[in-house]
Amino acid sequence: MTAPTPHSIPPALTARQAGLVGCQSCGKVHRAGVATCQRCGAPLHSRMPGSLQKVWAWLFAGIVVYIPANIYPMLLTTSFGRTSENTIVGGVVDLIHYGSYAVAAIVFLASVVIPVGKFIAIGYLALVVRPGARIGRGSGLHGRQHLYEVVEFIGRWSMIDVFVVAILAALVQLDFAATISPGIAAVSFSLSVAFTMLAAQSFDPRLIWDAEEGTAP
Amino acid sequence: MTDAIDSPAPLRAITGSLRHETLDPDRLIACPTCDALQVDAPVPVGAQARCSRCGTVLMAPREQAMTRIVMLAATALVLMVAAVFFPFLELSAGGMVRRSSLLDAVLAFSSGMMLPLTFATAALIIVLPSLRLVSIVYALAPMALGWHPARHAVRAFRLAQALRPWAMAEIFIVGVSVALVKVAGLAKLSFGPAFWTFSALVLVTVLSDTYMCRLSVWKTLEERRRS
Repeated sequence: MTAPTPHSIPPALTARQAGLVGCQSCGKVHRAGVATCQRCGAPLHSRMPGSLQKVWAWLFAGIVVYIPANIYPMLLTTSFGRTSENTIVGGVVDLIHYGSYAVAAIVFLASVVIPVGKFIAIGYLALVVRPGARIGRGSGLHGRQHLYEVVEFIGRWSMIDVFVVAILAALVQLDFAATISPGIAAVSFSLSVAFTMLAAQSFDPRLIWDAEEGTAP
Repeated sequence: MTDAIDSPAPLRAITGSLRHETLDPDRLIACPTCDALQVDAPVPVGAQARCSRCGTVLMAPREQAMTRIVMLAATALVLMVAAVFFPFLELSAGGMVRRSSLLDAVLAFSSGMMLPLTFATAALIIVLPSLRLVSIVYALAPMALGWHPARHAVRAFRLAQALRPWAMAEIFIVGVSVALVKVAGLAKLSFGPAFWTFSALVLVTVLSDTYMCRLSVWKTLEERRRS
């Protein structure tokens, strides 16, 4: 919260500039050329190789499977012989009809706002850190860093709707009165969440700060 | 909450004015998020060390952290066993009662096309959280007792770190509450003992994670392995 103002401190020396490699898992510093961290055994990379390629690949995979997740039904409810299908957005609308606005808001946030916001945020980060992009400085970098932290933290919460479907399908098996079974969208939605989580993990946050390196002495 | 003791203490940055030849890797740490080098100074218990450039918390050692993490993780493991086998939710409608355990919720997807999703839910809410807790206990328990670290402690703790985003027990609890609202109009629902056990498990895991300071654990692990 009280991050030091970027102008009051001199640009720091990075491990890469000093000819060293820092471990991303435990922070230990090694001389260049060491392959695995001597403290924690994680593979050492000055910058994760092919980070942006992986980010784009997982991101596109995530967007592609998110489309059927919204078109096909998430829930199949059979009640007295009548089957009704519910998509993700349809489920939210139903909840609003019941009058449970708070829960409707949670589901809408988790299944629509967070995934779409994540696509945009990851795409934005991958665009601004690519080599040759216009250099951002100062507080802009802190903003990007926060954006990355939020994306990494919040991505997994999209799984709420899949778990809701799992619980409903397990519980509501009341023969004739009501039966709930999962639809195919549950599969594509969980894949979409997993792919975007992998996209966020493939992103090397050190790339954000490399933009500043050009200004260091 | 703990702002009083968390006065941010930025570590001393290595600035460009220092000669490169004087840099000794063993006396430095590199920020995992922004790669800035800083002098690796001991951090007093209860304080936080932040990266001088990006402000990420690098180290926040707590008193007796190792013992507390191990105890809480072991507690969570016991709770997990109870949560899996006791009835989780009870649904009654029109004179019919249906009990379902956590395992039933996992097996809900077990027909045909949905089978992969069964494995995924089982992994996300039972297998991976348990595996993570087991590896934390395995890696840290011998050190909490003052013994030499276990043989594969390094690998186990690295696994625990990698599993953290994929263990989704807390998200499952929120999913349960949403499901309750959806079913409310259809039937009467009541909680079984496993629901409370599982909620306790989530709380205990979160508590254990607040004591976890990645960099301090790695450093301690390294020192103890040498001795």
